[in-house]
Amino acid sequence: MTDIFGVPIVVLLGQLLLGLINGSFYALLSLGLAIIFGMLNVINFAHGAFYMLGGFAAWLLLSALGIGYWETLIAAPLMVGALGAVVERLFLKRLYRVDHLYSLLLTFGIALMLEGLFRHVFGAAGKPYPIPPSLTGGINLGFMFLPMYRAWVIVASLAVCIATWLAIERTKLGAYLRAATENPGLVQAFGINVPFMLTATYAFCVGLAGFAGALAAPLYQVSPGMGPSVIIVVFAVVVIGGMGSIGGAIVTALALGIIEGLTKTFYPAASSIAVFVVMVLVILIRPSGLFSREA
Amino acid sequence: MNSTTMVSSLEAPRTRRHRTTGGLLLALVALLMICAPLAIYPLFLIKILCFALFAAAFNLVLGYAGLLSFGHAAFFGGAAYITAHAAKVWQLPFELAVLAGTAFAALLGLAFGTLAIRRHGIYFAMITLALAQMVYFMAVQMPFTGGEDGIQAVPRGYLLGIIDLRDITAMYYTVLGGTILGLVIIWRTVNSPFGHILSAIRENETRVTSLGLKPERYKLIAFTLSAALSGFAGALKAIAFQLASLVDVTWHMSGEVILMTLLGGMGTLIGPIVGASIVVGLEHFLSTSGLPITFIIGLFFVVCVMMFRRGVFGELKALLAFKTLT
Repeated sequence: MTDIFGVPIVVLLGQLLLGLINGSFYALLSLGLAIIFGMLNVINFAHGAFYMLGGFAAWLLLSALGIGYWETLIAAPLMVGALGAVVERLFLKRLYRVDHLYSLLLTFGIALMLEGLFRHVFGAAGKPYPIPPSLTGGINLGFMFLPMYRAWVIVASLAVCIATWLAIERTKLGAYLRAATENPGLVQAFGINVPFMLTATYAFCVGLAGFAGALAAPLYQVSPGMGPSVIIVVFAVVVIGGMGSIGGAIVTALALGIIEGLTKTFYPAASSIAVFVVMVLVILIRPSGLFSREA
Repeated sequence: MNSTTMVSSLEAPRTRRHRTTGGLLLALVALLMICAPLAIYPLFLIKILCFALFAAAFNLVLGYAGLLSFGHAAFFGGAAYITAHAAKVWQLPFELAVLAGTAFAALLGLAFGTLAIRRHGIYFAMITLALAQMVYFMAVQMPFTGGEDGIQAVPRGYLLGIIDLRDITAMYYTVLGGTILGLVIIWRTVNSPFGHILSAIRENETRVTSLGLKPERYKLIAFTLSAALSGFAGALKAIAFQLASLVDVTWHMSGEVILMTLLGGMGTLIGPIVGASIVVGLEHFLSTSGLPITFIIGLFFVVCVMMFRRGVFGELKALLAFKTLT
């Protein structure tokens, strides 16, 4: 049997792989978004812009300074994370006392500024980034051909997601973080520097977005438009999963990537709206989200 | 309803004075708008009017009901498409084409509202954004919208079958009339018992529930009304500019209307009009300057959120109130 509903199985598997890759990026982004929301009570609209910055950091490091892929994979998240720390210290910090809406609007403004600036300086066209030599080629799995780089993207992003999840759920630092989410005043009373922890959390999660951007650079072209197009889908993912659980965010992201891939195979016209249709169904059936702890 | 009438009678002297100054200001603005085409290019004024109505309609949910919708472009742009299609392909007269667009926006608003109101606060913003993006993707793909080209050369038709709207001055006064009608509807809504309940929901939803009212129902009605009026603004814009395009359904547009409301002063009647004038004027000025518009719009957002959250009109009002108090 080589066909499923008239679709060759090779094509189907190829689309599933693409879906899984998209899902990995959604996972990295929605994970960061969920942690930021949990800790800072901020919906970080600029998350997509930081993802775009990660891609541009990779491209600039290579084209201007000749710095290779592996160094970039460390440098890009650090650069983006540092910028995130500055944003948190200068702006977000001052908005914790007022309505959440303002921090959403602030990060929206920052996203527009970054997108507008990069579009103005670099133009709207995509910048190609070569696949690193050590990850070119692929493996023949017998039933399909698996390009090395794509396999690496899935493995790397899942490893980072799981490591982050373990760090939050199983380490002492993670326990502090979770405690500060519940009651920041009490945690501060125990002598823990909560404001610093908030800055670090924001910088780390934004760094994750930068990492995703650098990881995505060889797969998709780096362009100023890559941020906004991904952030809206990630918002839908977050609405579907609910932001109560980090594991839930990862699982939802991967599942939605796969659903998107399947739609692309069987009904291509609907592939761009598949995630939103799922979102509508989830809101109708389980309004608080699939993994949410709220009633 | 008893509680609200009591509250308003307690506050009567202050609100009455407020209303007279507000009414005076509005009359002044209306007078200016009637004379404006003598001095300023009418099509530019029409743009300001359409966005002023759009922002005022948006403010109904953000400023009064406290709901941040990130998807209002779907109503504005969606109605523009329907109106343009109705006027061009179905050959409907001006009034019916605008009505078709407005009705579409109202239905879409009812659907969005029913879904989004099931979740609170920040989720509301994300759901409306995602739903509007779905409408955007549909507009890209559906054949009748013309994809990247949009629907062009929409006939303006005749007002009441007599007045030829190809004349730009006639078109301007028609849009002015439409905008004033929309603003009066908003003003009536805000100052009705219904409007007071909306404000009460914004301040303390639990207490409103405890009074035996159903906040969801009020929010949904307000959201649908806001969507319909946004659609009305979009429909007028489509006819006046003879164009419906993808620009009006993008998330940038949803963001822009938020900025207009925020910049002018949310929760005030005149604020969104002021904000819309500033933003449209700014874009008009920037479009020939070669500066990155998106960047500057973003900068305005940041400055507004950090420095003056009450907006231009809100700050002014607070300043005046302070002066009269001391």
